[in-house]
Amino acid sequence: MSLYAMQKFLFELNRGSEVQRRYREDREALLKSYDFNEEEYRAVYDGDIGKLYVLGCNGQLLMHFAPLLGMPWAEYIQAMRDGIQKYGPVRAGVYAMTTGMDDKVAGV
Amino acid sequence: MSLVFAGVCSHAPGITGRAHLANPAVKDAFYAGMDQMRQDLEASQPDAVIVMAAEHFANFFMNNMPVFAMGMGHSYDAPIEDPAWLGIPRVKVPGNPELSKRLITEVMQTVDVAFAEEWKFDHGIIVPLHFLTPEYDKDVIPVNINCQGPPLTPLHRAWAFGEALRRACDKVPERIALVGTGGISHWPATPDSGKVNWEWDQRFMAQWCRNDKDAMLAYTDEETLRDAGQGGFEIRTFMAVAAAARGQGTILHCAPIPIFAVSCTAATMTIV
Repeated sequence: MSLYAMQKFLFELNRGSEVQRRYREDREALLKSYDFNEEEYRAVYDGDIGKLYVLGCNGQLLMHFAPLLGMPWAEYIQAMRDGIQKYGPVRAGVYAMTTGMDDKVAGV
Repeated sequence: MSLVFAGVCSHAPGITGRAHLANPAVKDAFYAGMDQMRQDLEASQPDAVIVMAAEHFANFFMNNMPVFAMGMGHSYDAPIEDPAWLGIPRVKVPGNPELSKRLITEVMQTVDVAFAEEWKFDHGIIVPLHFLTPEYDKDVIPVNINCQGPPLTPLHRAWAFGEALRRACDKVPERIALVGTGGISHWPATPDSGKVNWEWDQRFMAQWCRNDKDAMLAYTDEETLRDAGQGGFEIRTFMAVAAAARGQGTILHCAPIPIFAVSCTAATMTIV
């Protein structure tokens, strides 16, 4: 489990335009420098918001990844709900879902 | 001079970034509260504004997470977020390193604080400034309390930090405004975004307004996470402002706005 590595990646991606460029243009080489396991690597590589949420990535890091992927707010919220449905409950961290699957609390 | 203004407000990125999705009347009522806060702040004629926020891994990460941090830069770039996403254009906010240094030096007499000459503002600071100093013409000193990466800053240390900040402000000739940002109950950036605990919010703000130190320090992180979500950890900034101001609070606006993901709040406190 390398939640730290995933969150470090998101931290550096959110802060750095060069990391963002490399994620767009040179993704494989960029991700080699992080200590991911296979599941984490695939989630980061694919920009799988739902899986990253389930793996425990802090939402304050994750929500900035979504616009970099071109994902509007409503899609971001839904992607996390879809992740829970597909992969099960959040496995780590303090950002576990507390509402029901069909609750619509976000105002969108 | 001293502390000349104290207040608290929400800082959620949706306040500016998702403004177009909000009910206009509800949004405008909150914006009016923020504008009243701006007028109150301007009336106090501050030389500098300390913005005490709970930042969200914009500058500080678990590789080296300070319990408290204060900015000592000449200027600060903002926002770190995509400007289109946040609804705030890129700007360079003026700092005052010489004033920062004097304040930090005094705070350090009783509270250990990290300092940073580089600091990029995230929504925790730039959303409040967007409303409170919209021309970005005031020197700003950013402050962070760790409300994000556990183990979090203990509540009683946040209180002690507020007291130290007040003592530091009292020792400089400049007129200082202090704004705490964040809170109150919310579950931001999760599928629960938009959920608030309105009863909890009202109780906490009543405690804040009467500056009830014992009641505010009695919260535990376990209870706060359960009742007010991970966003509730940001009450630390409100409490530090209460410790610094020592007065009574007045709520200018406080009402849930789900698309903004929080009970949108603007409040001021008398300085005693």
